[in-house]
Amino acid sequence: MRKSALLAAVLFLLVALVPLAGDAYWLRLGTTMLMYGVIAMAWNFIGGLAGYPSFASAAFFGLGAYAGAVAQKLGVPMGLAWTLAGALSLAFAALLGLALLRLRGHYFAIASLVVAEVLRELVNSATDLTGGGMGLNLPVPHDATVASQSEFFFYAMLALAAITFAAMLWATHSKLGFGLRCIQQNESAADMLGVNTTLYKVAAFMLSGAFAGAAGAIYASWVHYIEPPDVFDVLYSVKAIVMVLLGGAGSVFGPLFGAAIFLSLEELVWRNYLQVHTGVLGLMIVLLVLFLPKGVFSLRLPWRKGKP
Amino acid sequence: MTTLLQLEGVTRQFGGLKAVSGVDLSVAPGEVIGLIGPNGAGKTTLVNVITGVHRASSGIVRFDGEDVTGLKPFQAARRGIARTFQIVQPFPEMTVAENVAAAAMFAGAVRYGDEANAEALGHLRFVGLAEMADKRASSLTLAMRKRLELAKSLAMRPKLLLLDEVNAGLNATEVDHALSLIRGIAARGVTILIIEHLMKVVLSLCTRIVVLHHGELIASGTPQEIVQDPRVIQAYLGRRYAAGGEAAEGQSHG
Repeated sequence: MRKSALLAAVLFLLVALVPLAGDAYWLRLGTTMLMYGVIAMAWNFIGGLAGYPSFASAAFFGLGAYAGAVAQKLGVPMGLAWTLAGALSLAFAALLGLALLRLRGHYFAIASLVVAEVLRELVNSATDLTGGGMGLNLPVPHDATVASQSEFFFYAMLALAAITFAAMLWATHSKLGFGLRCIQQNESAADMLGVNTTLYKVAAFMLSGAFAGAAGAIYASWVHYIEPPDVFDVLYSVKAIVMVLLGGAGSVFGPLFGAAIFLSLEELVWRNYLQVHTGVLGLMIVLLVLFLPKGVFSLRLPWRKGKP
Repeated sequence: MTTLLQLEGVTRQFGGLKAVSGVDLSVAPGEVIGLIGPNGAGKTTLVNVITGVHRASSGIVRFDGEDVTGLKPFQAARRGIARTFQIVQPFPEMTVAENVAAAAMFAGAVRYGDEANAEALGHLRFVGLAEMADKRASSLTLAMRKRLELAKSLAMRPKLLLLDEVNAGLNATEVDHALSLIRGIAARGVTILIIEHLMKVVLSLCTRIVVLHHGELIASGTPQEIVQDPRVIQAYLGRRYAAGGEAAEGQSHG
């Protein structure tokens, strides 16, 4: 655990140097990577540790985005709005988890997939509060330049990624993570051994919701304008899963690396295949599930076999 | 408290089928009870009702003086009811030690970390799996997995241990080893209820035998009484055991 923490600290410090070297393009790409890193890490709590294939990332992300945006529209300061958005997603995940986590496997996946659609329709129709299909504009600070803005949101996203990573590292090496691994491998047996499976699963879902929601709130402030199809996009759910599978489900660095690899591929390769890039996404998922269920880092690490 | 486990009119229905029907049973601390009966008699269902996997359709389960009828499995586990499964249920990707540590910390109230690991190692030593502690549970042989199940249930610090066919699929040597383990557990003062098809095991181990047939308790008594009970012979044992003298030999169907 100490080694992972140290490695992560170095990694985050190196990433923090990006604004010194890079231009606006690199900042934007870096912020996007960190954001997806957070969403992937958030998914890892429920999907990687507990083994529940959640498609609720988009729901949490969108809810957080709208919660943060509405709060800011009502005059709440930005930092507080982000915190509130995270808290709201956390509470929402708790209620949702109590209802949905009774389902297992495919049933849970389908049920969680629908949540984002429901929220999108709700936001669409609550025109007074959210602007409905017109979208929602967020206040742009007058005293800031474009460059300082993008730097600010880069660091905000970096801070959130660091917090999320710390939470995940803690969870993985605590009784919570241990219980979740038990659930992932054999839920009935875990129940028989005294694991309060409902409590543990809901806790994992809450952590997942809180961080994905906070990422949504920062995203909303960053892009200044959100609309329902944008923030409740099912691709947030799908990409999070693909990223974690790429990096290695249940591992601490997997989600971050998976996000980086996935977005690099998207940037470097897919721009050349614009017409068929969703086809490439589908192909990647199929190949992943078939050949690398434990992620790209399982490719050539024979000496790590047998390690948890 | 002279009764550890008390069942009063416990019934469990699946649709129109009464898998367990009006079972009354009281188990005193320290007893080793054999639960026998033909396949489909409701033995595993009864264990599932006691551990909270299935809720009793009617009737009351009392454990250690408390009504535990509606408890969930994890709550029953924390109160001291441990069980092993007919089909072993390890956490396959975890090490053998982690499997046992999980039981120690979630049901046995041992602290997470070194304390749980130390406790796990102790139980693994007892069942003779200490050298396998760092191996993955999925790499164990069936006999070893059965012993792992025993170590796990011991780590739960149970007052009552429900053993569901721990010897199924084992060869004679392995059965003997399992038998001595179970004796060792009983000697620690753990009350045991064992579902078993091997009459050799039941007769040599149990202080009392109860017989389930079509979900109903048809007999209860010492091993000698049971092997001579005409209802039991007809329902389960077959005439082979009626002679009494050969009772300890061989194995029934199932």
